[in-house]
Amino acid sequence: MVETKPADALVEIRGISKHFGEGEARVDALRDVTLTINAREVVGLLGPSGSGKSTLLNAIACILEPDGGWMRLDGEVVYDNRWLRGNLRRLRLDKIGFIFQSHNLLPFLNCTDNVALVLTLAGWKMDAATARARELLAYLQVEHRAAAMPGQLSGGEAQRVAIARALANRPRIILADEPTAALDSARAGIVMDLLHKLAIDQDAAIIAVTHDDKILGRLDRIYRMVDGRLAGE
Amino acid sequence: MNLAFRDIRHKLGRFILTCLGLSLLLGVVVTMAGIYRGQTADALALLSATDADVWIVESGSQGPFAEASRVPGDTRELVARIYGVEEAGSLTLQTVQMLHNGRRLRIQIVGYEPGRPGAPAHLTDGRQITSSRFELIADRQTGLKVGEKVALGRDSFTVVGLTSGVVTLSGDSVLYMALRDAQQLQFDLAPPAARKEAARGAQRSGTDFVNAVVAKVSPNVPPAVIATEIARWKHLSVLTGAQQETLLTRTVIERASRQIGLFMTVLTLVSAVIIALIVYTLTLDKTRDIATLKMIGAPDRTIIGLIVQQALLMGVSGFVIGTALVFVFRGVFPRRIEMLPTDIAGLFVVVVVVCLAASALGVRVAVKVDPSRALAG
Repeated sequence: MVETKPADALVEIRGISKHFGEGEARVDALRDVTLTINAREVVGLLGPSGSGKSTLLNAIACILEPDGGWMRLDGEVVYDNRWLRGNLRRLRLDKIGFIFQSHNLLPFLNCTDNVALVLTLAGWKMDAATARARELLAYLQVEHRAAAMPGQLSGGEAQRVAIARALANRPRIILADEPTAALDSARAGIVMDLLHKLAIDQDAAIIAVTHDDKILGRLDRIYRMVDGRLAGE
Repeated sequence: MNLAFRDIRHKLGRFILTCLGLSLLLGVVVTMAGIYRGQTADALALLSATDADVWIVESGSQGPFAEASRVPGDTRELVARIYGVEEAGSLTLQTVQMLHNGRRLRIQIVGYEPGRPGAPAHLTDGRQITSSRFELIADRQTGLKVGEKVALGRDSFTVVGLTSGVVTLSGDSVLYMALRDAQQLQFDLAPPAARKEAARGAQRSGTDFVNAVVAKVSPNVPPAVIATEIARWKHLSVLTGAQQETLLTRTVIERASRQIGLFMTVLTLVSAVIIALIVYTLTLDKTRDIATLKMIGAPDRTIIGLIVQQALLMGVSGFVIGTALVFVFRGVFPRRIEMLPTDIAGLFVVVVVVCLAASALGVRVAVKVDPSRALAG
């Protein structure tokens, strides 16, 4: 399939489907999902449990192979009825940043090293990675916690460090799984403002899976999912 | 960035406790190897101390260590006349129990002719026996000191010299005394028994018997040639020093050695299972971290390295601590523990291999962790 790339489209998905099990046990987790997300957008994926949000997030993260369809990430066609790139791990490392619901900071690394780890995995020297990590922690206003272990951080601080880690390799696609679920309204608002700022500053697309009603007004667009289908914008 | 080291540092207390537990187990493995070597060294200690080229014993016997042997006391003179024999000496061996400072000692008494082969080759203190009667050379393990008096049989003996590490194959200390003293101690009847024998008119049996004759052979004559020459006499059997060594290590202590080897193998397998279970549990504890690492793009080698390095650090630390403990406390063990550098190096290699094999289970779990688990709340 050959298509022209829209000017700012960072995530383009056409007719993606995915099912689990066979026969009576078959569950269609994704059915002909098509969407486009542009740079500098913060997009929400909403839907009840089992609607296919996480499956779609996993497919965009290139850790779950769809059954069919087509997908382009940051200008590179990565799936066309099969993965087109052998090294999906490298693709995740270079192009995608992850923000997890429970932060998922590695408990045995301090904040600086949690951020620097992503850079060292990408081949950076430790000194340069540490400098960049400190720069990001300063950008997210948690530089005073640089030497702290994750267990010593508040929920808001941990989320900021997790965001710093997601930004480390300057990815243009950031996937956020319930980024505000563990935060109160005020802190959730701060995080959403921050994601907006990131989307603009980093020229990135942010896709947030959420159940959190209090942040709906802060999303640029919302996709609702029902039974594996996009029910509308 | 070394993730294994950082993880260990984060949970240092747990790691140290795990290593200590493992060190006790691996310490037992090292001890077993030490006991095996110690047993072999003990078995050969008296043989080495005697430093004889040829052992002449009773016909058909493989004595005096493996079997009983008794030859006439004049055998030494016959042997000494053979061409190629530089010098010969008679020996008696007997095991006795004695009380010393309220402590019961089990000892082996070696009777020899002072000035002839059979004397201990090296003394750590004192001198060789020079008097024909009532002098002793004792091993340090007995706790006896030079100048001390010891009652044996109906006589009192003075300790004039000390050896170190001269024991029997069962670990009993060796006492050396003059042949005549040893013969009296071994063959003389107690007074009541002697009076009873005299009353019934029995002829007093002679005491001029020895258990073996040892000989030093000229460097120009192979001991095997002397052995062949003596074997022509039908009432004697001959063993070279090398044959005695083979007899002691291959036959006398073979079963005990195999038993120790079996224990070592079982303990090594138990260690492997325990290391595997520890690594497996540690990996299960880190499932979410591993999923996160995979999600953010860490290669499998980073994750496998984390697990394998931890298993190796644990095993090697346990081995080093265990070996150090054995070195420190080996003096309080009742048997000799001989630690050879080659054995320690060999066991180290075994521990490394065991750690690598044991980490396979953890690696298998880690490789199968689905990165999407990082997204699970």
